[in-house]
Amino acid sequence: MKITINGTSKSIDDTMNIHDFLLSEGYEDKLVAVAVNNHFIARTSYDNYTIQDRDIIEIVAPMQGG
Amino acid sequence: MTQTWDINGAELSSRLFLGTAEYSSLDALRQSIESSAPGLITVSLRRENAAGKGQSFWNIIKEFDIPVLPNTAGCYGVEEAVTTAEMAREVFDTNRIKLEVIGDDYTLQPDPYGLLLATEKLIDKGFEVYPYMTDDLVLAQRLVDLGCNILMPWGSPIGSGRGLNNVYALRQLRERFPDKTLVIDAGLGAPSHAAQAMEMGYDAVLLNTAVAKAGNAPLMASAFAKAIEAGRSAYLSGIIAKQEHATPSTPLLDKPFWHQEKS
Repeated sequence: MKITINGTSKSIDDTMNIHDFLLSEGYEDKLVAVAVNNHFIARTSYDNYTIQDRDIIEIVAPMQGG
Repeated sequence: MTQTWDINGAELSSRLFLGTAEYSSLDALRQSIESSAPGLITVSLRRENAAGKGQSFWNIIKEFDIPVLPNTAGCYGVEEAVTTAEMAREVFDTNRIKLEVIGDDYTLQPDPYGLLLATEKLIDKGFEVYPYMTDDLVLAQRLVDLGCNILMPWGSPIGSGRGLNNVYALRQLRERFPDKTLVIDAGLGAPSHAAQAMEMGYDAVLLNTAVAKAGNAPLMASAFAKAIEAGRSAYLSGIIAKQEHATPSTPLLDKPFWHQEKS
């Protein structure tokens, strides 16, 4: 299935939840937050959300700001 | 000497809120924080790839025992701002959010209607909203009606360095909301602008570009910290009223030649 992650299209084969997806993408030790289709997904819900075809995923981390 | 003060139950060591963007290097940022010892540090969120470029920034900020104020910078819509705030709460582990809902590209003027809608939603979700707003009196009242204890009117457009564009309106806000925490946010260029805000009775000043883009950022950060402290002391001391005529500061009674006839 095809998803969009941080504005870039990506194909993933397996059906997986957010937790597994972050692990597979190398975010396992990173401080990040996630939104799917413009909705915030709390860390405590990573296991409960199964990524769907055409999902738009945003992964953000701390950055400089004013 | 700097005294701690309270903002919504949190004890802050300074009335300077310092932004962390636009510095020439992370080292310049670190030195600026060290030289000014701000009460709050503003931070943001951006897309992260697995390489983790945001993590090194965050590791520096964590070295300081200073509370952070995440923002929703760059958000133009209500839902976008709310979702960004929710992500910020999880990443930074704080209910504080500097709420920016921008309404105009050229001036980066806040969208007052979007700001109100987003504020209502975020307060319902338990956030402590620091609204970035214009100096509009009615907007301020609406925000207070929604439950805001802190208001952050702009001095002038973000990054413009113009100082306090509308002193009259800013004075009105101070007079009309004596019990609310008022923070000048954005547009300052020189430490004298910050001192002016503090002399007017504002509780704190939030700035970024004026320090980050200065020739010597750490030195400018220190200058702003001193100006804010000076302005606060002046406000507490009671500034004399302006008058149209001169009043001699040196007593004239018994001065030599007092009432001597002119030859």
